[in-house]
Amino acid sequence: MNGRKALVGALSIAVAGALSGAAFAQQPPIKIGLLATLEGPFAAGGADGMRGAELALKQKNGMAGGRQIVIIKASSDAKPDVAVNATRKLVEQDKVDIMVGPLSGGEGIAVKEYSKTQPTITFINGSSGAQATTLVDPSPNFFRFNTEGAQWMVGLGKATLAKGYKRAMVIAEDYAFPYSQVQGFMSEYCRLGGKVPVKAWVPLGGKDYSSVIARIPKDVDALVVVLGGADAVNFLNQYEAAGGDKPLVGGSITVSQDILNYKGKRRDSLVGTIAGAPIADAYDAPEFKAFVADYQKNYPVSAGGYPSPSLFALVYYINMKAALDGLDAVNGDLSGGQAKYREALAKMTLKTPVGDVKLDGNRQAIGTTFITEVVKDAQGNLFNKVLSKVDGVDQLLGMKKEDFKIGSRDEPSCP
Amino acid sequence: MSAAQWRHAMNAGAGRLAMGRRVPAPAATVRVPGATPAERRYLSLLAHIKARHVVVLLFVLTYPMFATPFLTYQIGAQSLALGLIVLSLTFLGGSGGMISLAQMSVAGVAGYMLAIFGSSGEPAISFGWPWWVAATIAVVIAIAAGTAVGWLSVRTEGIYTIMITLAVGVAFYHLCLQNYSIFNGFQGFQRVYAPTILGINFRDPMPFYYLALGCALGGYFLVKYVLRSPFGIALEGIRNNARRMNALGFAVTAHRVAAYAFAALLAAIGGLLFTWYNGLITPNSVGTSWLINVLIIAILGGLRHPIGPFIGAIVFVLLQNFAIDLIDRERFNLVIGGVFLAIVLFSPDGLIGIWATVKSKLITQRGGKS
Repeated sequence: MNGRKALVGALSIAVAGALSGAAFAQQPPIKIGLLATLEGPFAAGGADGMRGAELALKQKNGMAGGRQIVIIKASSDAKPDVAVNATRKLVEQDKVDIMVGPLSGGEGIAVKEYSKTQPTITFINGSSGAQATTLVDPSPNFFRFNTEGAQWMVGLGKATLAKGYKRAMVIAEDYAFPYSQVQGFMSEYCRLGGKVPVKAWVPLGGKDYSSVIARIPKDVDALVVVLGGADAVNFLNQYEAAGGDKPLVGGSITVSQDILNYKGKRRDSLVGTIAGAPIADAYDAPEFKAFVADYQKNYPVSAGGYPSPSLFALVYYINMKAALDGLDAVNGDLSGGQAKYREALAKMTLKTPVGDVKLDGNRQAIGTTFITEVVKDAQGNLFNKVLSKVDGVDQLLGMKKEDFKIGSRDEPSCP
Repeated sequence: MSAAQWRHAMNAGAGRLAMGRRVPAPAATVRVPGATPAERRYLSLLAHIKARHVVVLLFVLTYPMFATPFLTYQIGAQSLALGLIVLSLTFLGGSGGMISLAQMSVAGVAGYMLAIFGSSGEPAISFGWPWWVAATIAVVIAIAAGTAVGWLSVRTEGIYTIMITLAVGVAFYHLCLQNYSIFNGFQGFQRVYAPTILGINFRDPMPFYYLALGCALGGYFLVKYVLRSPFGIALEGIRNNARRMNALGFAVTAHRVAAYAFAALLAAIGGLLFTWYNGLITPNSVGTSWLINVLIIAILGGLRHPIGPFIGAIVFVLLQNFAIDLIDRERFNLVIGGVFLAIVLFSPDGLIGIWATVKSKLITQRGGKS
């Protein structure tokens, strides 16, 4: 069959590559499947995620636990069914030992469900950030070393109130990831006395925000905008055209470089916009600076890299590093259905460019969140400076299990 | 492609189809003296079974015995489920001359209804009824939906049919995307799993493969049967010349709507299988890319014969899975596009067209020598 031939071809190339690399390894190489979105709306982010994951392996010279590592890549297009098909191919056909991926929220939930049918393989998240992946019905062999959407917003509610914004309107895309983000923001904001009279859920990829802008109440102090990429740019343009002047509070993927390069008249009004994220370009810890420098060296802009690693690059880097550090901890021993390896992963304190990460009982990361603020530098360029840093953010956001409810359109609420 | 081109392609296919038909219904009797009509029918049926039919049937029946679970499930079962959905399009397009892009939406209606009436990861919306109740309701609603689409679009022709069915498909996609009380919006329904019947878990690769194979064979033979029935012949007549058929006293609109209803049955069963295969249904499952994919598979395999959709689906699924192994990451979609382009360029009748060309060449060569 075609497929088999293709596979044999691919495998022989992979094996040849592995053999011609360093010396002959004593043991067969360990295969790690790497899944990211190389198609669809997050194609650019997916490519950067793969760069991050490759960087983690490069830093270890392609070895972990004394064994050669071979990465087998697959692509999806941010659709859960495509992600599961690609994962199934890597696991069942290419026989990878460890899976790293996928990129987006819905995919993560679907791959987690699939992981339950493959109990001898270890699955490590890529950058997907839906709460339910590890919070609802977790899988014993699915690990997530990155914090998720709600955790990325911890501290933002407090910072918003500190700015004097007591009433805010939420404008967010209508799917799992923004629900998590809004929940992370509102649970803190509401608890500290903030009010959210109106929430506007807009479709992903929506072009027309006029009806949303018309609904903005006069008496709110700020707009909490959880939109990504083009959606955020469209909203800003239309808000400016409508003469809006409320200050903004951003989600984790809202105030990124593409927004800061925005050329509209209201550009200066972006100064002072605060946001929460697991990465801050201007974070000055030496580990993070070293990571950025290494990324820039390996993936210069001329070779398709970004001027500074994106959120996806960092998060894939962290998860791939976890996979490799785990292999180091058990000396490449994956016997017994990878039981030892999983135990090592669960107990590990992972050193990442943004601080130490530990896992909770659901194999979900407890890590650091940054609160950033847009400032203008001497040349007039806008960038995100670190306003504050919250360490040890857990998935329940510091709440008790019985008080915690997963974010949705109506949850939480404080009109 | 313009309306005229479509019609031309359809009609050209029709002419060849009529010529290439080996077994016109009336002439099918094999003359065996002294045999009863029933025996005669049986013998005539036997006479049509060729070596390649036996080989293909043996292959598909024994495939899971030698293939890995991955090849059984992801390549085999997925191709069969997808093929069944595409079969509904090739039936409409090949025999009825109506290209409906909404067939994936009809399949999606079945999938969504299965998730809503059966059990899923959204207990707040799903009724949790037994799978066979949910599946039956799903098929009935999908047939109603498919018939409604047909009823809307049969008065149009060629490119207008494509446009109106595309519009219906896109509207359904946006309905699923933005309705939260019934369709659960962007996230759709997760964990819609195939049932366990008599201790056989149909989520497992081999049982699911045979389930899909059973449905696909059923659909295939049903289409073959319908094409030879008076209804099928009338449908081809309507495709070739609707006005003449109208003058002969055939209810053209009714025939066309009935064809849509029959196609909806195929699409609905394919949709159930595809939803079980994925274990989920989301708006993306009925998005524009899938509407177009179904058309691509149909063109890839060929519209002329009901085996075409399955061959097209196998090639499509193989490409989707293995193109990334042939060429480096960001470029693998080029391979997929290139293969499609090559097939459409060199064989307008799809892969079964290549087979027909090769066969006719062989026959003329043999004829020339003797």
